[in-house]
Amino acid sequence: MQTLYNFATGPLLWASFAIFLAGSVWRIYSMIALARKKEMSVYAYMSWGFSFRSIFRWLTPFGTLGWKANPAMTVGTFAFHLCLLLLLLFAPGHAEMWDYNFGLAIWSLPEWLADTLTVVVIACCAFFAFRRLRVPAVRYVTTTHDWAVLLLVFLPFISAFLAKMQLGNTLFMTLLHVLSAEAVLIAIPFTRLSHAIFSPFTRAYMGSEFGGVRHCPDW
Amino acid sequence: MGSPDRESGTSANNWDWEKGKRTIVQSIAPKEEDLWQEEAYAAPDGESFAAVVRLEDESFTLRVNDGRWEETFEKVWYPRFAPDGRLTALVMADDEWTVAVDGEAWEERFAFAWATTFGPNGAIAASVQQDMRYACCLNGAPWENMYENAQDYCFSADGKKTAGVVQVKSLKQADLDGFRSGIFTVAVDGEAWDQSFMNVWTPVFDGRDNERVAAQARLNAYDYTIVVNGEPWAATYNCVWEPVFNPATGVLAAPVRQGGRWGVAFDAAMNWPASLYQCWGLQWSRDGKNLWAVVAPEYGKFTVACNNKPWAATFPVVTELALSPDGTRAAALACHANKDYKVVVDGKPWQGSWDMAWQPVFSPDGAHVAALVEKGGKKTYLVNNLPLDESFTEAWTPAFSPDSSSLLLRGVQNNALVRVVLPLKDIH
Amino acid sequence: MGIADRRIEDGNLMQAVAKLTPEKIKAAYELVTKGEAGARLSTYYQSCMRCGMCAQACHFSISHPDDPSYTPVGKMDQTMWKLIRQKGEVTPDEVYGMAQIAYTECNMCKRCVHYCPVGIDTGFITSLVRRFCYRLGVVPTYILDTAHSHSAVMNQMWVKQDEWIDSLIWQEDEARGEFPNLRVPLEKEGAEILYSVIAPEPKFRTQLIYQAAAIMHEAGLDWTMPALPGWDNSDMCMFVGDSEMMGRLKRCHYEMAQRLKVKRIVMGECGHAFRSVYDTGNRWLGFKDWPVPVVHSVEFFWELLTTGKIKIPKKFDKPVTIHDPCNITRGYGLMDKLREVVHMLCDKVVEMSPNREHTICCCAGGGIINCGPPFKSVRVAGNKAKADQLAATGVEYLVAPCHNCHGGLEDIIGHYKLGMHTKFLGDLIYQLMEKTRAE
Repeated sequence: MQTLYNFATGPLLWASFAIFLAGSVWRIYSMIALARKKEMSVYAYMSWGFSFRSIFRWLTPFGTLGWKANPAMTVGTFAFHLCLLLLLLFAPGHAEMWDYNFGLAIWSLPEWLADTLTVVVIACCAFFAFRRLRVPAVRYVTTTHDWAVLLLVFLPFISAFLAKMQLGNTLFMTLLHVLSAEAVLIAIPFTRLSHAIFSPFTRAYMGSEFGGVRHCPDW
Repeated sequence: MGSPDRESGTSANNWDWEKGKRTIVQSIAPKEEDLWQEEAYAAPDGESFAAVVRLEDESFTLRVNDGRWEETFEKVWYPRFAPDGRLTALVMADDEWTVAVDGEAWEERFAFAWATTFGPNGAIAASVQQDMRYACCLNGAPWENMYENAQDYCFSADGKKTAGVVQVKSLKQADLDGFRSGIFTVAVDGEAWDQSFMNVWTPVFDGRDNERVAAQARLNAYDYTIVVNGEPWAATYNCVWEPVFNPATGVLAAPVRQGGRWGVAFDAAMNWPASLYQCWGLQWSRDGKNLWAVVAPEYGKFTVACNNKPWAATFPVVTELALSPDGTRAAALACHANKDYKVVVDGKPWQGSWDMAWQPVFSPDGAHVAALVEKGGKKTYLVNNLPLDESFTEAWTPAFSPDSSSLLLRGVQNNALVRVVLPLKDIH
Repeated sequence: MGIADRRIEDGNLMQAVAKLTPEKIKAAYELVTKGEAGARLSTYYQSCMRCGMCAQACHFSISHPDDPSYTPVGKMDQTMWKLIRQKGEVTPDEVYGMAQIAYTECNMCKRCVHYCPVGIDTGFITSLVRRFCYRLGVVPTYILDTAHSHSAVMNQMWVKQDEWIDSLIWQEDEARGEFPNLRVPLEKEGAEILYSVIAPEPKFRTQLIYQAAAIMHEAGLDWTMPALPGWDNSDMCMFVGDSEMMGRLKRCHYEMAQRLKVKRIVMGECGHAFRSVYDTGNRWLGFKDWPVPVVHSVEFFWELLTTGKIKIPKKFDKPVTIHDPCNITRGYGLMDKLREVVHMLCDKVVEMSPNREHTICCCAGGGIINCGPPFKSVRVAGNKAKADQLAATGVEYLVAPCHNCHGGLEDIIGHYKLGMHTKFLGDLIYQLMEKTRAE
């Protein structure tokens, strides 16, 4: 298991970063190429000002009609993404990885805070699962794919948490953490998780079209 | 129906080409005794103007200079001068409509007559309706066959024939199957083609012998093509625009859309590959060597192309393409959202931008270009990229003398209708 | 739950579906999703998180709170998302349902845009579903007939050229009874303003042409109306999914204005026609902006009132509320000007909530009302949300500057017994303005 762990935190980590990056670049490139071929009007209306206006607006909690109308979802979504990003970058265990693999010395979160954020992410996943099960509008459109990506995102956090709490086999949990996190990275460009790379563009276009063509806010 | 073919011309030889400004009418302002006077139209030679006047409640006629047509009508509208200088208007008397030419109404009267147009050799046509049947009326004589509906008339090159789109069967309310069965076709002098189609638009004659007529057609909801004398091309397209016959060879060219882009097909074979965002307004040079079009090589960027070679400069909108008589040069208007009009000649925009501009005109020798433009409510003329000093409150498109030495301007200054002949050598 | 449980019979939908084969369906799917649609479709499909936040956006889902098949994402899921999931392998019956959803249960009002964090354009997806259905001929009877009319005579209601001109001359005659020197100038080249309308005006609502002429006359404007095709600015081809005819219509409309050398087109109180000139038709033709500016009545009336060309000696004294038509507010940002105009005309305005760009749709637009009587009950049931909103204002008069909105709102007012009256701005202005040139 240790060998596997070494493999997972070494070559496999590199490979998943590479796949994530190359995959994302390729997806974005394909999207742009397709737009150039079929939807030149999309290009013509793109505007930096309106794009960022829309992106910042939607990055503001309760800053839009959608966020206001769905307060629980707003709290859940912002908490989830914020904690996820903070943990990805600054989890104490990750400092070692940044240093070891990339030679980057990065500030890290205090342990207690990292633990709290992990619990928040887990709670958010539970909330998302609850919505998929119990909110009719969500349940009606939920597919296996949606469950799969939710589970995939859930795994790195629950395993990290269990490892930290020393519940179950710590090495196994840590290995599961690393492997599932790598799976998430690889999945981002190719699954619904691709909203991570596409939403800046979809948001930018909607902002540009509403700003430039419709003279109306898109929030 | 389009404007008369540019070759039909006018008898400009007989016009007064003596240099100088002449006042034709001291004041074109409405006369006190008239209830109202509508907008003025100037004759091509600039020797007269016409405007509808309302004398009493239901009594209309045309004012021509300081006189009037003798006859009055219950309604008069659409005063238009033919290229040969005859004055026409749509008139109603006793609840019947017809066309009056120089004050004389056609003998044939209709339940409705409208859309007077002018063709070669003095041809005058109008759309007419009688007993809810429709036809074209050429020089006072309507087609023998009238139809459920008819529109989009055109003239043959000799002005002797007309063709139009006709509806050969009636439709019940929301009669989708009836429509899909194809009830539209072209009638030439009232004789409908045997074949009919879902839609037909804009017929045009092959000007060499006037025996062939081509039109755009939609064969079913999705397939468009060109039909010639009722026979569709073998190829179909996403969409098509107006076809034009090569005046020298008879080759039929039409803009066609394939895979979301436009190109030009010659007799059903692609000639300009479908790579353009837009392509319309095809015009052949008289010798048939050059094919011109308004095109958009990129989204939102329009220009003019000759034989599929676009000008380098592009604009948000391009209109009013005009060719030199030999078809080697072209001029057009460019604008952005109907503002900031520029006259563009041979791909180069002239200096200045205008609130409105009219189709540029080439001199018969092709060496000079003039255009009427407007800014801040004042009209003036541009000649070879220079604005003239003269300005007018109202003005009409310029004309060159047959020897290309002078320019005729027609306009209104201080309410007076004036006519200016300007030798080109005197301009700046 | 779902569209299969609420099928409504429509002659052409049934007839067209009966002719479908798996091959035809697949071919139309390939054509629309791979041949025509581009990056937006594939990106939206992948990025839509199925989070359901849009459920509260749509008047259909608000009006059917227990049925998730009416939510924007629910409708996408039953149509385009399903097509993509199944690679176009769906049954003719399923295509029927998709057509019913796309043509009669989504007004493409785009209110859901304000609810989607990712920026998915559900209205755009609906238009692609309609395009797919159109390619299969699966289009509700009445709206398809209007599209046929557009193709044959360049207007929506089979109005022949002489009938159009006759209507204008007739309205001019009528109006002269009130304004002795009123003229409806036809085909006046170089006029400042070209006034364009939708075909139901000469057909059923000639009063609107009369009113417009009266307003133009009183304001002393240099205006004209076209006598030749292109006068109808409406565009049902856009709504059935016939993009090619949409382009042809818009070209005809713009070229009419270019031919007459007018400075701008002013259009009557219509929403969808506005959308087709600033957003969809121009794009298909390759224009980034409109080639000729089209001024909506709301903007135009605002100009007339603020410049004093039209004076309102005494305002309307009963309280009114304002309906914001989606195509001119969410579509073109005219919510402020609309309010200013209404306040210049009326003493007391009671706002609805939500309003402005967050307006709840009339449920008639997007071509739904044009699908005709079979689907009226869908519209009315699907817009209890608006009825509740109207009832909550407690006023008797409703200003709605859009023809389709009028039709849709009058239907819900009747059905839910709200006892309200809808008014066009033109109605109010004509009624209230100082008539210095009247007899």
